[in-house]
Amino acid sequence: MGSILFFLSILAIIATWWLSRQGLASKPWLEQGEAAALPNLSVRSAAPATIGLRVFLAVVGSFFALFISAYSMRMQLPDWRTLPLPPILWLNTIMLVLSSIALHGAMVAVRRGERNELKISLIAAGVAALAFLSGQLVAWQQLAGEGYRLTANPANDFFYVLTGAHGLHLLGGLVALARTTEKAWRVPATEHLRLPVELCATYWHFLLLLWLVLLSIWTGWAGEIIDICRQLLT
Amino acid sequence: MVDVPLGSAGVVAAPDVEDVELYHPHSWVTKYVFSQDAKVIAIQYSFVALSVGLIALVLSWLMRLQLGFPGVFSFIDANAYYQFITMHGMMMVVYVLTALFLGGFGNYLIPLMVGARDMVFPYVNMLSFWVYFLAVLILVASFFIPGGPTGAGWTLYPPQAITTGTPGGQDWGIILMLMSLMVFIIGFTMGGLNYVVTVLQARARGMTLMRMPLTVWGIFTASFMALLAFPALFVGAVMMLFDRVLGTSFFMPAMVEMGQPLDRNGGSPLLFQHLFWFFGHPEVYIVALPAFGIVSDLISTHARRNIFGYRMMVWALLAIGALSFIVWAHHMYVSGMNPYFGFFFATTTLIIAVPTAIKVYNWILTLWRGDIHLNVPMLFALAFIVTFVNGGLTGLFLGNVVVDVPLSDTMFVVAHFHMVMGVAPILVIFGAIYHWYPKVTGRMLNDALGKLHFWVTFLGAYAIFFPMHYLGLMGIPRRYHDIADMAFVPPSAHTLNAFITIVALIVGAAQLAFVFNLFWSLRHGRNSGGNPWRATTLEWQTPETPPPHGNWGNDLPVVYRWAYDYSVPGADQDFLPQNQPGPSRAAPGAGHG
Repeated sequence: MGSILFFLSILAIIATWWLSRQGLASKPWLEQGEAAALPNLSVRSAAPATIGLRVFLAVVGSFFALFISAYSMRMQLPDWRTLPLPPILWLNTIMLVLSSIALHGAMVAVRRGERNELKISLIAAGVAALAFLSGQLVAWQQLAGEGYRLTANPANDFFYVLTGAHGLHLLGGLVALARTTEKAWRVPATEHLRLPVELCATYWHFLLLLWLVLLSIWTGWAGEIIDICRQLLT
Repeated sequence: MVDVPLGSAGVVAAPDVEDVELYHPHSWVTKYVFSQDAKVIAIQYSFVALSVGLIALVLSWLMRLQLGFPGVFSFIDANAYYQFITMHGMMMVVYVLTALFLGGFGNYLIPLMVGARDMVFPYVNMLSFWVYFLAVLILVASFFIPGGPTGAGWTLYPPQAITTGTPGGQDWGIILMLMSLMVFIIGFTMGGLNYVVTVLQARARGMTLMRMPLTVWGIFTASFMALLAFPALFVGAVMMLFDRVLGTSFFMPAMVEMGQPLDRNGGSPLLFQHLFWFFGHPEVYIVALPAFGIVSDLISTHARRNIFGYRMMVWALLAIGALSFIVWAHHMYVSGMNPYFGFFFATTTLIIAVPTAIKVYNWILTLWRGDIHLNVPMLFALAFIVTFVNGGLTGLFLGNVVVDVPLSDTMFVVAHFHMVMGVAPILVIFGAIYHWYPKVTGRMLNDALGKLHFWVTFLGAYAIFFPMHYLGLMGIPRRYHDIADMAFVPPSAHTLNAFITIVALIVGAAQLAFVFNLFWSLRHGRNSGGNPWRATTLEWQTPETPPPHGNWGNDLPVVYRWAYDYSVPGADQDFLPQNQPGPSRAAPGAGHG
């Protein structure tokens, strides 16, 4: 359960940092008046949807951290046979990185109010994400063709389930991206597009990070990094 | 005294919390069925959850009939018995308690108590309820399929949950259960995002976090925990569904089933237990924290006294929430895990008793020299404190490895968790319904019926669960269909079981008085007015009762004080609502604990 505890400790640090700025040590029974002595509280810095997405990402993170915990516990059992990674995964990774970069470009474009660049970036991001997903399907086919089927070994099971879960999350993101892209044509004022584009970009960067974490686990780099950290500590 | 001078506040200009554009329903269907108003959604959630609760209550009757009078009721065979206990447990924990506290009270109280017009994502909120309803339908559907619902026990431990011999193991029972749980979690996530973000983003002007009523703190913390803990159940459910449907070996070890070796190998049942309890233990506090919060408000209001140690109460809630994520393996002392783990988890388990005890002391000190009104909500709140202390104390026993091992899987455990997370939260739910019903409907619940309901439920619950501790100490195992022929079970145990069953039937029947009261008072209850309990929190200060869509009329409320200004020296009334600007208090700090 190491990875979920690690993930939760990061969340706990963020939560503590945030709570420490909320006047938790104040004495509300002694204070009267509408504003209280906490000026920064009346300023809402982010839109509810932004906060909502961040909380949702914490949920998604917790979901995958738990899966990774299960993975690392299950892999210690003797029947585990690591499966070879199909090379197409590297191409897919490049696609996902490009998709993320394109959305970052869209975010920059929407801040500058450049509508054409925004449209192009959104389309490019969508196409690259679709390329990533089709590449994942090809990877599944290749693995299945080489005999690494579901049920043959838990390593395969985890690979299919985790790539599937990641893909489903991206698919859900694509629905949001499609709606945003459609808005880019329809909505006259670019400032109304800013929030949805930023939300898409955040979600995409998160899914890219998640993919890199998964990839580092399958390639064994994560294990090596942990070993190095352990040696540094001891 | 950090009294912010009223002059600086002065006449309040336009609120700097932007007023939101509300969605306005256009038809009967969008107003009452597919409603986006949190208050309607709350009532929908509560109604469905209470209905599921009644089903689960009948299931508990059936299993008690078997335990009290084994062999008398021929339709309760071993399979049916296991199906009843499984469905009773899962329904009560997830579909009743979680849904009622967060979906029901969360939806109703959060926007009103923080001074918002609605939840921040009303559409998602509506979806949350309907997805929850779908989960309930899937769950209930399992009663009507060949093979019936799963009988794996509410913990659904593999491998037995998905093998032949367990009811529903090789039929549709376990599949529907897992699917229902997954759908529930998706629905809850939608709701949970709303509860958390509404508290973070939609508070009225002047409502700092430390001015929020403890009810909101409890629901807020619990929602956050649930968002992080439910994925563990989701992951476990996905993996078990794969094991059951596609034949993978996440949890399935090499095993022989009915004399035939299965073609699975290497899976780890222990892995499921870790995932399940990583959800399962926070779940206890997901149910308990809203109850803590609500009970704090009930006690403070009905004892006319400010809550003792408000800050400590908030810190304790947060501490319990954080600690509850590192105690899960105390449910697994007998699972064969590394003994050093047991030592670690026993320690964290006992540490969690500290913030919990702080809360109990603070409730008692709030009552101390208070002007206690023994009305129905207060009776339930007081009964909660007693019951929670009782259940908590046996928790200290079971938290220690050496005591737990012999008591594991006995009726002692059943008694413990029913006291602490069955009876105690249900008492709070009842108290809260009696307390907030006037705001929801504009009418009071009938007092005499309420007191009858309280005394039968409270005394009855003790008559049911107190003797169970003795049965457990005697070594009577839980989850056994029939203990009639066991040599070590003395006749007195059978008499006790029969007694418990009779009381359970009576207590169950007494709930009908409550249900009748709910419907009868809707028409015939005494008119309550806007603030029958003379309470300080914002939900009682709405311009109309019941509050209409949008809650606050033209202007959002502005908050000038914390939620517990009761019996303030020098004030005209014995309470100062949160949105009342003056008067300034006469004696600084007087009357505050």
